[in-house]
Amino acid sequence: AISKMSAAGVNGAPESGIVHTKYRQYQVVGRLKPSAEKGTRKANIFKMNIFAPNEVVAKSRFWYYMSMLNRVKKANGEILQINEVYEKRPATVATYGIWMRYDSRTGHHNMYREYRDTSVNAAVSKMYLDVAARHRSRFTNVQIVRTATVPIDKMRKSWNKEYLGKDVAFPLPHRVLRPSTKAFKKSFVAKRPRTDFTN
Amino acid sequence: QAHTPGSRAIIAMSEGKRLVETGRVCLCNYGANLGKLVVIINVVDGRRVLVDGPNADPKKAVKRQIMPLARLSLTTIKCDIMPGARINTLTKAMKAADVVGKWNAGSWAKGMAKKEAKASMGDFDRFKMMVARKTRAKAVNKAMKKMVKK
Repeated sequence: AISKMSAAGVNGAPESGIVHTKYRQYQVVGRLKPSAEKGTRKANIFKMNIFAPNEVVAKSRFWYYMSMLNRVKKANGEILQINEVYEKRPATVATYGIWMRYDSRTGHHNMYREYRDTSVNAAVSKMYLDVAARHRSRFTNVQIVRTATVPIDKMRKSWNKEYLGKDVAFPLPHRVLRPSTKAFKKSFVAKRPRTDFTN
Repeated sequence: QAHTPGSRAIIAMSEGKRLVETGRVCLCNYGANLGKLVVIINVVDGRRVLVDGPNADPKKAVKRQIMPLARLSLTTIKCDIMPGARINTLTKAMKAADVVGKWNAGSWAKGMAKKEAKASMGDFDRFKMMVARKTRAKAVNKAMKKMVKK
């Protein structure tokens, strides 16, 4: 039963079309602190794109990678800039390829995963959940090497290819619908519910 | 396209049925957008679609967003758009297909409107309803008695 009484925000979350993904993308720029007493030392500026839930974690991951890859510690370094990177076209659907490195219980492995979504942030958030489910790896065990929108001819996962193009059409054969609000949920019903709405 | 034989059979059998496809008009059946019409702009995967529901009335409009198919009830109405069509193209296509007109003419919308009208009745409306029912019952019973007498 659809009725006006049950509309608008009864089920909790505000719905304005804005998706707040768990992971956001940050561009972090940092360098070794230049030091007068040790003479001029090479203070190359490094820039990284980091996926993290917030700026604090982003900065932390930045230093994790800096000390691993560039011999710069947080104690000796400084962050020059941290900006959030927003999705250029959040209302369009694309296929995102994620190249990554993750730790299993017995070693490190490379992976390539593909997700169809409207933004990189959403695809990466999905990836973390997916990889936690399938490989039991956590946020700290996963390193994202590269993310990119993948053009159709370069797509590698067959299950994503099913939804491309303008001729995608499929029915919903067995629909188990839920009541529009929990108030209409019934513990006992007289008849089995209708599940075929294809006509 | 990589389909399993079973899904290919389902799709072959569903010619002329309600399908999840670009341009399909749907009704939101759950959440804050309950009762609003949207059009499928693109299919993300088997569970989610990108939808948009432009409407002159801001209370009935739905912003472009991803919606799970679980929240959508498919209608028999379709409009002709390419995947990813933007709002102006979509509005034109909806006008060309007369989406709103076809929807309002159908029994689904009429049934919803009846429920809406009944739910929004005030006490005086309910009184008028009661009087109308009594008047009708009186007329019917009078005619019945005449027929029974014959």
